[in-house]
Amino acid sequence: MLFRSHILICGGTGCSSSRSKDIFAAFEDGLKTQSLDKEVKLVLTGCFGLCALGPVVIVYPEGSFYSKVTPDDVREIISEHIVKGRIVKRLLYEETVKQDGIQSLNETNFYKKQLRVALKNCGVINPENIDEYIARDGYKAYEKVVTAMTPQQVVDEIKASGLRGRGGGGFSTGLKWQFTKDAQGDKKFVCCNADEGDPGAFMDRSVLEGDPHCVIEAMMIAGYAVGSDQGYVYVRAEYPIAVQRLQVAIDQAREYGLLGKNILGTGHSFDLEIRLGSGAFVCGEETALMTSIEGHRGEPRPRPPFPAIKGLFGKPTLLNNVETYANITQIILNGSKWFAAMGTEKSKGTKVFALGGKIANTGLVEIPMGTTLREIIEDIGGGIPNGKKFKAAQTGGPSGGCIPAELIDIKIDYDNLISIGSMMGSGGLIVMDEDNCMVDIAKFFLEFTVDESCGKCTPCRIGNKRLLELLDKITSGKGEPSDIPKMEELCQYIKDNSLCGLGQTAPNPVLSTLRYFKDEYIAHIEKKTCPAGVCKALLNYSVQADKCIGCTLCKRNCPVAAISGEVKAVHTIDPAKCIKCGVCMEKCPKKAIVRR
Amino acid sequence: MSCTNLGTPEQEEQLRAVTASLKGTPGAIMPAMQKAQGIYGYLPFAVQKLIADDLGVPLEEIYGIATFYSQFALVPKGKNRIGVCMGTACYVKGSAQVLEALETNLKIKTGETTPDGLFTIDATRCLGCCGLAPVLSVNEHVYGKVTAEKIPEILNNYRN
Repeated sequence: MLFRSHILICGGTGCSSSRSKDIFAAFEDGLKTQSLDKEVKLVLTGCFGLCALGPVVIVYPEGSFYSKVTPDDVREIISEHIVKGRIVKRLLYEETVKQDGIQSLNETNFYKKQLRVALKNCGVINPENIDEYIARDGYKAYEKVVTAMTPQQVVDEIKASGLRGRGGGGFSTGLKWQFTKDAQGDKKFVCCNADEGDPGAFMDRSVLEGDPHCVIEAMMIAGYAVGSDQGYVYVRAEYPIAVQRLQVAIDQAREYGLLGKNILGTGHSFDLEIRLGSGAFVCGEETALMTSIEGHRGEPRPRPPFPAIKGLFGKPTLLNNVETYANITQIILNGSKWFAAMGTEKSKGTKVFALGGKIANTGLVEIPMGTTLREIIEDIGGGIPNGKKFKAAQTGGPSGGCIPAELIDIKIDYDNLISIGSMMGSGGLIVMDEDNCMVDIAKFFLEFTVDESCGKCTPCRIGNKRLLELLDKITSGKGEPSDIPKMEELCQYIKDNSLCGLGQTAPNPVLSTLRYFKDEYIAHIEKKTCPAGVCKALLNYSVQADKCIGCTLCKRNCPVAAISGEVKAVHTIDPAKCIKCGVCMEKCPKKAIVRR
Repeated sequence: MSCTNLGTPEQEEQLRAVTASLKGTPGAIMPAMQKAQGIYGYLPFAVQKLIADDLGVPLEEIYGIATFYSQFALVPKGKNRIGVCMGTACYVKGSAQVLEALETNLKIKTGETTPDGLFTIDATRCLGCCGLAPVLSVNEHVYGKVTAEKIPEILNNYRN
């Protein structure tokens, strides 16, 4: 059936949280009432990327990009735009509005510098409809490998592309495939790591929600290449929408005969099963993940033997993460040369980042490797809101480090990030401004790793705990100058001696903040102050008598009744009662409250 | 903690159907426990025992798994489960203050349940709605761009 208009509604987790499903329902209802449901097609897609403007609706063929849509706006979009052909200007994303009409989304600053490979179909197709995936060359790459390529040719193609693991480590994907292919075994497994546990990272979730078939197809190709007929996708339980869409996609692929025995009559068999995590960050580590699929406590084990030799249920196992798989079909279809032409010398292709924190355009972005941090933050991200200054960007989550403002022109790729003490990680990129305390951020990540350490090895279990105690001491105003060398020594010990990646990288946030923001540590220790005004034990709120007009706003909003004072008289804060929440400071119209 | 309490007959029947369907599947323990928690809301001792017996694994293994993964609960949770996202994006935008405001308002600590059984507060891992930071979830519903002041209003939605 042909439609005169398509209305695309973002159904990613971000927009779903801002009620995009209610908007879908409102459109469905509205179109039916106007008897337009046969002329206009509604599509609930995956993430468009610009989560900050959600919920997002795009109407084609015009390409009008409506942002922050509410169910009440839907009636206007239908009556004005769909019925009368008049675009509802007030709802358009302002960057798309031009004097002589609207400009394409791809011309806006947010999208202009992006290059969508892994996210090709995200926000374009209905992820729950296999036909839409097939219409975008879906399952063509699989057909190509089983009919025209030998398994070794497939492995060679991936090797030649230069693709490296997108989960963090950056190991050559082609080599991993080769090792698993060469391993001896009566049974082999292909696994997908979708246990995206890094706080502030949601790339893999967006791929699974927006384009689940591309992961299934890539795993089928991997199965053919390494000689496996059984795959597992290990997904975090915190991602209900991703799990549901992946299950729908697997069921559809089975129904179409794309999963199962003797696929397309080629003699190749492959099937997939979803396994859910249950909230353990360490399960993102490959050996822990496999232990968890086997049904045990997700504790890592020493390597070697590597999973390629002895992995899941003791059999040779290939394990890649979601974003890595999302590149495979296009490498097969467009060729390794096409892929290797993008990026830098040693980091090929693109990388998806989840842009978050103190930045205007929070959301999902995909950029060619080698793009500078400045381009990501200033051009794509739209800069820091509220006129604040950029202080640092954090990449690699609890395993990574901070990139300080003076290194903003660094070209983002695997090796550059490691050389400055951070890492690519899975792709969370959190922007921080002058109001964030770097000692506090280091403590935040250490609390995370201490909580998530599985406890199997001592350097990680006890070392990180001691490190956190030192940070606690510093942020509560009890630090001593000798604590800094102590921390540095402990960090090195933990890195050198921990069993798995979690422990080996856990001290990175501390080391990198010590490297670039040592002055903040010194201020906490020697001057007993927190320059960013975050560490509560070092702060005191007080009212400046000459500025207070006695409006009582602070007193009325104080959650613990720590403020006293009559109308039109100077107020005072009782430091014994004050919980230092900062509400009074936010509320004061005269900026009379200071934090020191 | 009773050793024989398997809830209502329907719950027990559902549980037995789960273990029967998973018997023999490689790595069946976690899926069985996840489904059991879906039926009961938590994992009572009797349920752990039944899973252990039906799948032929020692009870201590079930208990070990239940205490390893943060999503398994050994005690019942409140009627409304509040999760404050403690992911990095939410943290740098003030989720710690949101959590504190919740604790002050409900007079319980994180991880605890109010005496009337209405609310449980948890500090959760990244929910992946970083564009809306700071976020909190009440049951399946996510609230974005939350501030300490919005807490009373949000809680009131669940009070009646």
